[in-house]
Amino acid sequence: MEEFTLKTFIFYGFALTTVASALLVVTVRNIVHAAFSLMVTLFGVAGLYVFLQADFLAATQVIVYVGGILVLILFGVMMTSGRLEMRIHIERGQLLLGGAVALVLLMLLLTVIANTPAWKNRIDDGTELPPTTERIGELILNGPFLLPFEVVSVLLLVALIGAALISRKEVRD
Amino acid sequence: MTLQHYLVISAILFTLGIFAVLTRRNAISILMGIELILNSCNLNFAAFSRFMTPEDISGQIIAIFGIVLAAAEAAVFLAIILAIYREFGSIRPDEVDTLKG
Repeated sequence: MEEFTLKTFIFYGFALTTVASALLVVTVRNIVHAAFSLMVTLFGVAGLYVFLQADFLAATQVIVYVGGILVLILFGVMMTSGRLEMRIHIERGQLLLGGAVALVLLMLLLTVIANTPAWKNRIDDGTELPPTTERIGELILNGPFLLPFEVVSVLLLVALIGAALISRKEVRD
Repeated sequence: MTLQHYLVISAILFTLGIFAVLTRRNAISILMGIELILNSCNLNFAAFSRFMTPEDISGQIIAIFGIVLAAAEAAVFLAIILAIYREFGSIRPDEVDTLKG
């Protein structure tokens, strides 16, 4: 039984915030409200990364997700939603079926998590690991992840050019 | 905090994302569901990296690649949504049925 310290209290705070705001993302009817709940979820996940001592990952999460992807989503909402489209349309039959599928999936995942022997009793002993930024840079630019890094940069370039090409107005000559 | 705490959080996020993709009838809400799924996946990578191999941070690097892929995916997704909106005047996936037989 772990003792109830300030650290565990904050951890459960982050965990609850993340799960509750994710629940709001998928249930709220107004799409702008859903986008802002998603922002809270992303911040919560960044907090969980801090608890996992993944400092660089937490910073990347905040910068790329909250600063980039969320702004993109809000732009998409602004450019495509008339007053009618702000409310998300949901059909009742799909709600029941989707809820059933999601529940079964959750039960399956929880069963696997509870019963896998290798994952049991892996307790965070509180040892502080050194900051990760330097080691990540070393591994990416001077180590085994150099090739995936280059591939992913080319992929990002292709995606950006493709996005610009798809979304521009067609010019007929 | 144990590994299972993080796995349970990420399982809940994943399930909520699947639920959003299955039930929402708005392309941007579906994108939000996909982002939830990708987040749960990255959280799993970071958690396994911390608890199974504390000295080796390869899992965190995979999670960073995951974030990059999510960014690229969101950009292309929104470009396609804009093109569809210009063509059909709506982003409800069930109204885009030109290919329907």
